[in-house]
Amino acid sequence: MSINRDEALEWIKACVEILGENRDYLTQLDAAIGDADHGANMDRGFKAVMGKIPEMSDKDIGTIFKTVGMTLLSTVGGAGGPLYGTFFIQAGMKTAGKMELSLEDWTSAMDAALSGIVMRGKAELGDKTMVDALTPALNALKQAMTDDLPLNQALKNSAEAAREGMVGTIPLVARKGRASYLGERSAGHQDPGATSSYLILKTAADTWSNS
Amino acid sequence: MKKLINKPDDVVMEELQGIVVAHPDLVKVHFNPNFVVRADAPIKGKVGVISGGGSGHEPMHGGYVGYGMLDAACPGAVFTSPTPDQMLEATKAVNGGAGVLHIVKNYTGDIMNFEMAADLARAEGIEVVAIVTDDDVAVQDSLYTAGRRGVGSTVLAEKVCGAAAEQLRSLEQVADVCRKVKAWGRSMGMALTSCTVPHVGKPTFDLPEDEMEIGIGIHGEPGRTRMKVKSADEITEMLMEPIIKDLPFKHGDEVLLFVNSMGGTPPIELYIIYRKAYEIAQKSGLKVVRNLIGPYITSLEMAGCSITMLKMDDDLLKLWDFPVKTVGLRWGM
Repeated sequence: MSINRDEALEWIKACVEILGENRDYLTQLDAAIGDADHGANMDRGFKAVMGKIPEMSDKDIGTIFKTVGMTLLSTVGGAGGPLYGTFFIQAGMKTAGKMELSLEDWTSAMDAALSGIVMRGKAELGDKTMVDALTPALNALKQAMTDDLPLNQALKNSAEAAREGMVGTIPLVARKGRASYLGERSAGHQDPGATSSYLILKTAADTWSNS
Repeated sequence: MKKLINKPDDVVMEELQGIVVAHPDLVKVHFNPNFVVRADAPIKGKVGVISGGGSGHEPMHGGYVGYGMLDAACPGAVFTSPTPDQMLEATKAVNGGAGVLHIVKNYTGDIMNFEMAADLARAEGIEVVAIVTDDDVAVQDSLYTAGRRGVGSTVLAEKVCGAAAEQLRSLEQVADVCRKVKAWGRSMGMALTSCTVPHVGKPTFDLPEDEMEIGIGIHGEPGRTRMKVKSADEITEMLMEPIIKDLPFKHGDEVLLFVNSMGGTPPIELYIIYRKAYEIAQKSGLKVVRNLIGPYITSLEMAGCSITMLKMDDDLLKLWDFPVKTVGLRWGM
């Protein structure tokens, strides 16, 4: 019941694919309440990550996550760059030197990743941001640890919680980022950042379904 | 989408390639990470002044690199903030040992990317002060939003801070000039049409033929109200009123009046707006002592304009009149 280095890389590769497939979808969500660049930015960033796969493939999981974070930081731009960059760099620091992740390792990596995002973006739960998907996802992982669930079930619960959090952003009024300028008009739209966060966690659950 | 481009993904890169061959006397362009830098940087003992932001607002910021204004500018993708590695490398390239000022427009992405760059630069021993411009009075509720957006005042801040740095003032003194512009400048814009981001391919927002958006942001962020198009004089009143109401101005103050094109509005219309704005300023007891009229902070091909008023004092006047030699602004030399 663990994720090994090769499986960690598989997740990253699957993210490249999923974010490429959802490029137009994320951009459409962003066009409604932001500036219509989230899909293009994430796709550009993860395509750049794909180019780094060869140099990461013999490294530990911490190095892989950190390399992904540094690459996103220098290629995504917008708010997504520093936020997802921080997400992966923090997760990488927590998993430094590891060749295998237990549920506990993954949970503490996600805990550090979310704390990093909150510190950088200063968003709170309910501000209509990626925090609204990531917070319930982390809580689900912690609950799974308490309940002693197997890793793959924990990941599944976590992705489902992220999905609920993402859908839960629809009625919210944005208080952070460009969507906040819409005020009440931002209600009724799903947050693109919460959506990309869900996609990334859903991809983890799918890639590691046998872990 | 009809645009004079080759491929949407190549827009910024090919623009930079054009700048390389057009203005070698003024600037150098560093690629990967991308930034435009003064041809004679770094200048020993001078504070470096840098800015950056999404592309699509030309001539801001790359067009303001040169003597008496910016030392470097970092262009992001269209309407997307640049990345920390760009600002870090630009900061290092302009550091003449006296520290570096970052002029940052108030957008979530810009702030986060510049903050990370400043942290990295400080870790390398470079003194960095960042000032955030946030002059857009269209944003009324700044408590529950990301706050007022940085718009027209940014251009004015880059001009006067660049002059102050050229006079070899200290980093803290140059930063104080920037803080003054932040405190004394107010702006409001409007759009007659949307713009089209090249990699999106369709207009950012729908604006019917006979309607306009008052209070628009420079990326097409929604403003205060949408209504039927009115006369130039009425539109000018709608922009000037909230600016004057918000300004810490009093009767007899001297101001710089800046009428800016969003990209698609021609000079002939800007002068009609300026004429009325000047009249309103005078009636309000403000003395217009300097002006700037033209496309200086644009939003691609959006039709519309913005008005910025900056209260001036003797120091700001001297800094404004100080020689400048950039692609976008050039006088006194």
